[in-house]
Amino acid sequence: MTARLRSPWTAVPCAVAVVAVLDLVEPFGVRLGHLIGGLLTADLAVRAGLFTIVLVGLNLLMGYAGQASLGQAAFYGMGAFASAILTVRAHVLGIPPEVVSAWWWPWVVMVAAACAVAAFAWAVGWVILRLRGHYLAMATLGLGIMVYIVLRENLGMPHLNLTGGFDGIVGVPRLRLGSAALWPVGVYLLVVWAAALACVALGENVVHSPAGRALRAIHGSEAAAESVGVDVGALKARIFALSAGLASVAGSLYAHFQAAVVPDTFGFVPSLELVVMSAVGGMRTVWGAPLGATVVLLLEQLLRTHLLGLVPAVSGELEPVVFGVLLILLMRFRPSGLVQAAPAP
Amino acid sequence: MADRRATPELVGQRVAAAIPTPRPAARRLPPAALLLVGAVALLVLAGRRLGYGLAEYAQLLVDGLATGSVYALVALGFVVVYRVSGVINFAQGAFVMLGPMLCISLLGPLPDTAAGLLLAALVATAACAASGALLHRLALHPLRDAAPLARIIVTVGAYVSIQGIALKVWGPRPYVLPAFTTLSMADRLVDVGGVVVQAQSLWVWGTALVTFAALGAFFEGTVAGKAMRACAVNRTAARLVGIQVDRMGTLAFALAATLGAVGGIVLAPSTRPTFDMGLELGLKGFVASIAGGLVSFPGAVAGGIALGVLESLWAGVVLAGFKDLFAFAMLVILLLTFPRSRAASEESA
Repeated sequence: MTARLRSPWTAVPCAVAVVAVLDLVEPFGVRLGHLIGGLLTADLAVRAGLFTIVLVGLNLLMGYAGQASLGQAAFYGMGAFASAILTVRAHVLGIPPEVVSAWWWPWVVMVAAACAVAAFAWAVGWVILRLRGHYLAMATLGLGIMVYIVLRENLGMPHLNLTGGFDGIVGVPRLRLGSAALWPVGVYLLVVWAAALACVALGENVVHSPAGRALRAIHGSEAAAESVGVDVGALKARIFALSAGLASVAGSLYAHFQAAVVPDTFGFVPSLELVVMSAVGGMRTVWGAPLGATVVLLLEQLLRTHLLGLVPAVSGELEPVVFGVLLILLMRFRPSGLVQAAPAP
Repeated sequence: MADRRATPELVGQRVAAAIPTPRPAARRLPPAALLLVGAVALLVLAGRRLGYGLAEYAQLLVDGLATGSVYALVALGFVVVYRVSGVINFAQGAFVMLGPMLCISLLGPLPDTAAGLLLAALVATAACAASGALLHRLALHPLRDAAPLARIIVTVGAYVSIQGIALKVWGPRPYVLPAFTTLSMADRLVDVGGVVVQAQSLWVWGTALVTFAALGAFFEGTVAGKAMRACAVNRTAARLVGIQVDRMGTLAFALAATLGAVGGIVLAPSTRPTFDMGLELGLKGFVASIAGGLVSFPGAVAGGIALGVLESLWAGVVLAGFKDLFAFAMLVILLLTFPRSRAASEESA
């Protein structure tokens, strides 16, 4: 996939071509039929869509602006828990039940949570984005783990039991639009992917705007960007806020999809997984987001279900090992990911 | 630095920037030290409200010193690798886990004696050193010119792989390494003026002290140690005088893995080692190394011990559930107050 994918109009034929080749060549004895029947389940497709939303933000932050984040799952988790708490445990906070049961309430919560998370990230970003390279990665990692611990420890208010501690919250209601439930999963799939593609479009717009060019300038050299009039600090904080807001929306959609949220979904390892997806897809492209999410999830699924068949005497438990090794090999041989960055316009 | 033409002024500036400015003799306290004093004062005040007396504080201090020594050992591993090869080695935690796990497995067929335990510990440490060297050779050496993020991701990938193998080999259950004094699960408790000290804590302190001394002797007294210090000062210059910089990188990874394994093994009897213990200890070790400035060996030791003690005070005084929060809050605060992390460093380019 060295093709320089610049827009959906070249990406879509490429995707079709890949699918067609998969069907003809049958690598590892995996046929397209298997992919659809066994691997590419609706559940996986929904999760790929959710991760696409997170990754669009992460790619803008890491790939374009060059600011590493090893704590992105925290924002995803904040969105998910905000939605779960404000729909399931709203009574604890004294929100009247008739409001909570209205169809528009989860949507309001989703938007409000995204704004709040973005504001939080903006404030934090002003401070921690002064760090560079390794140090920024470590600070975001620390931040991510702190958020995880706060979620796990009931926000420090055990008497309210808002987050449910280790066990999390179950029974998050499905989304509705008016009186129409956005369920079964096939319908939700469309909703999530519509949102994901909207985010990709948003990302493409950002990239091709003056802000996008300024971001790339920051990646090249902050001093140079500053000297040509880019407000580096403000722009970095804003892009951090945007990526956090997108992650929060994805988290809200996740909570309504999974109907249950537990803190472990948003810890350190998931943050890492997001970076892997971003690296696999290609950080310096927006279209790397859906590709990275889909490829990594399919790969995990493949390892889980087919590893036993491929290598006898090896069970699916080795999934993280293969995952880690693939990551090392990818960084070694294809550090810019599967989709190459388009030349700067 | 948009313009990279080497005008005399620019060259002059760069040379000037490269020469470390001598520090004035009476310098201000580093921000980390101020933070430390403030944090201790706050925690002690909070403890007073709970009615803590001297004995309680001494107990918390003793507990904190033991874990702090282990953090210090792990932190030294971070510093060795960072100074010699400029990498922050996320896989460090993996060796903190591998050390005790291998030791426990090796102990199985060996006799239940002090000699057996010592042999198992030595072989496990050597195996960790070898895998550290292997990690550098296979995964990091090929990427020596890559961007920092790529190298971080590689060490993370290595960590995930090693932990995955550990899960496969040892499973998710916690294991038991016998206490060094009694050679059984139950450790001997020493009562020092009302403060209860586990005998294992004494082993931790002793081992840590011996390791610090050995490390100091290695860097001061051996050719390899001096060569590694030369790499840390200036890699190009080190190469020019005939030091094999890449080999020193491998040695640094082996040394770091050894330090991690030793820390893990001495800590193991007072915890229950599991396949995923490396994550927490690795991250705490990293926090400790940052606290010490990331390039200083005494700083890493001080950082580790300070972190252990503070964390113990925090857990005793505030909320046990939030014990881990403290280290990571410290991490963020320290990074922000640590001037090197904000300077336009060469590695972020």
